[in-house]
Amino acid sequence: MRHWIARQRYLIDYTVAAMARRKARNLGLLLVYALVVFVLASVLLYGHALRREAALLLAEAPEVVVQRLLAGRHELVDVNDLERLRGIRGVRRVEGRLWGYHYDPIASANYTFMVPPEGTVAPGTIHVGAALARTRGAEVGDVLAFRGVDDRLFPFQVAAVLSPDSAIVSADLVLLGESDYRAFFGIAPGRFTDIALTVANPREARTVAEKVLRALPGSRPILREEMRRTYAALFDWREGMVLVLLSGSMLAFAILAWDKAAGLSADERREIGILKAIGWDTGDVLGMKLWEGALLSLLAFLLGFALAYAHVFLLGAALLAPAMQGWAVLYPGFALIPAIDGLQLATLFFLTVVPYTSATLVPAWRAAITDPDQVMR
Amino acid sequence: MSVVVELIGVRKAFHEGRPGELWAVDGIDLAVAPGQVTVFTGPSGSGKTTLLTLIGCLARPTEGRIRLDGEEVSGLPERFVTDLRRRTFGFVFQQFNLIRGLSVLENVMLPAYPLAPHYPALRRRAERLLAHFGLGPRRDAQVEWLSGGEAQRTAIARALINDPPVVIADEPTANLDSQLSTAFLDIVAELRDQGRTVLLTSHDPLVYEAPVVDRIVAVRDGRLVS
Repeated sequence: MRHWIARQRYLIDYTVAAMARRKARNLGLLLVYALVVFVLASVLLYGHALRREAALLLAEAPEVVVQRLLAGRHELVDVNDLERLRGIRGVRRVEGRLWGYHYDPIASANYTFMVPPEGTVAPGTIHVGAALARTRGAEVGDVLAFRGVDDRLFPFQVAAVLSPDSAIVSADLVLLGESDYRAFFGIAPGRFTDIALTVANPREARTVAEKVLRALPGSRPILREEMRRTYAALFDWREGMVLVLLSGSMLAFAILAWDKAAGLSADERREIGILKAIGWDTGDVLGMKLWEGALLSLLAFLLGFALAYAHVFLLGAALLAPAMQGWAVLYPGFALIPAIDGLQLATLFFLTVVPYTSATLVPAWRAAITDPDQVMR
Repeated sequence: MSVVVELIGVRKAFHEGRPGELWAVDGIDLAVAPGQVTVFTGPSGSGKTTLLTLIGCLARPTEGRIRLDGEEVSGLPERFVTDLRRRTFGFVFQQFNLIRGLSVLENVMLPAYPLAPHYPALRRRAERLLAHFGLGPRRDAQVEWLSGGEAQRTAIARALINDPPVVIADEPTANLDSQLSTAFLDIVAELRDQGRTVLLTSHDPLVYEAPVVDRIVAVRDGRLVS
């Protein structure tokens, strides 16, 4: 084993020296390769981080949300509906929620108005999302006015700006007290936007949803799992679209890299002949070429991945955000929590490092099996 | 250190069974005594270089047997032949065949890499050889900047790095002037004094008429000339 390791060190030593002699070629290949990895890794990292962000936020969402439908449209629920759902076995908590959308002509953006569950917002005040605060230039203590029901102007004092950690869904959020909400939208007491159900055993959510349908005919129960899948599908679709758009240029890069890797120059063939003549066998030559491919592609992989990481998590994926993020009308200002999916990383590694390394082996093997007496001629 | 080389009915064909088939070596029986300097002479295309490649296990004979110290090597698998080659033979090629872009020291150490010796020991051995051949100050120079004589001495140092009992040199003086050729023959004498077998090809009288040469073998049309 020690002999094997020592031999590999000698092969690596020679490979590094050989690569340094063809600086321009190897540097060019390295850059092209790193660029391909950068693009792929950026899309994958960004898509994964978006899905994870959404999943983290949904983790705190109720297991089941019940909406009333009237003529196929969303209708307000009545306080009596809440009482009927409280009787369902397995339901731990029933809560009427108040939320809605408001178009702000000043910012040309849609905001989500919501009453937080525990009355944490004092009357006359609001908590706003970070992107909204930035768009309206509002800080804590400022007064923001919105036109509500009957086009009346409602002034609110900004009591807090929401943490940007949850920016993906809270960017356009306005949290306000229940009485303010009802006054703003003109919703009578005893009426709610929808109902949130907390289920004792989340695995029974589907059974509970069936019971809800029996208790409130014409209602629409939405499972948390369904919401999670909707978010995932949305980001999967966007990720797929971006990859399809980029696939042409990536294929061109891949062909270039393959061509460079698979072709041996006359100098390289001569060099392989010399090495064989002075005592290297086919295995030594292949080992050297394997290291050459592995070192180059590994370096390109690390460089491309590091750049992609910085691009996504430090620079907010400036090159991809307009295509992949798109959230309602207002784009939230993002600070994604760094998240790497091990399986995705391994897939990317095997899709980039292994094919390149293999591509270098076939021509090297062809050159290495020729008789070493060629160099005598 | 001595190795007896024997060739029995050795033939070597190129493009066998195809148009342009050529028997470069055509039935050679030969025994090379250890510790001697043997020169193969003959005109261009006579088969002397092919003969050296067969003896040095760089190529396999099409027919016949080659024995080293009584052990047949012509039928061994590549791995064994390569191992035998790097332990038994050191090669000095006509064009020297040094690897460009590497230093003199790196070129000299290259044949030992697959054997993975202790690195400081290998480096010391290479530096000793370079110092011996007057190349100590040039050890870090890239080989493309060497003069003809320096390049040949580097090639000789490389041939000796694995301490082989047999040194093979193909037309070693073809690219050297008379002064450098004489210097090369001094090295050959030294190798012989160390007990090594030296096999050369040459049609340079300066070489085959040199007092250091023990035996001259004339080759023509792939056969030995009696």
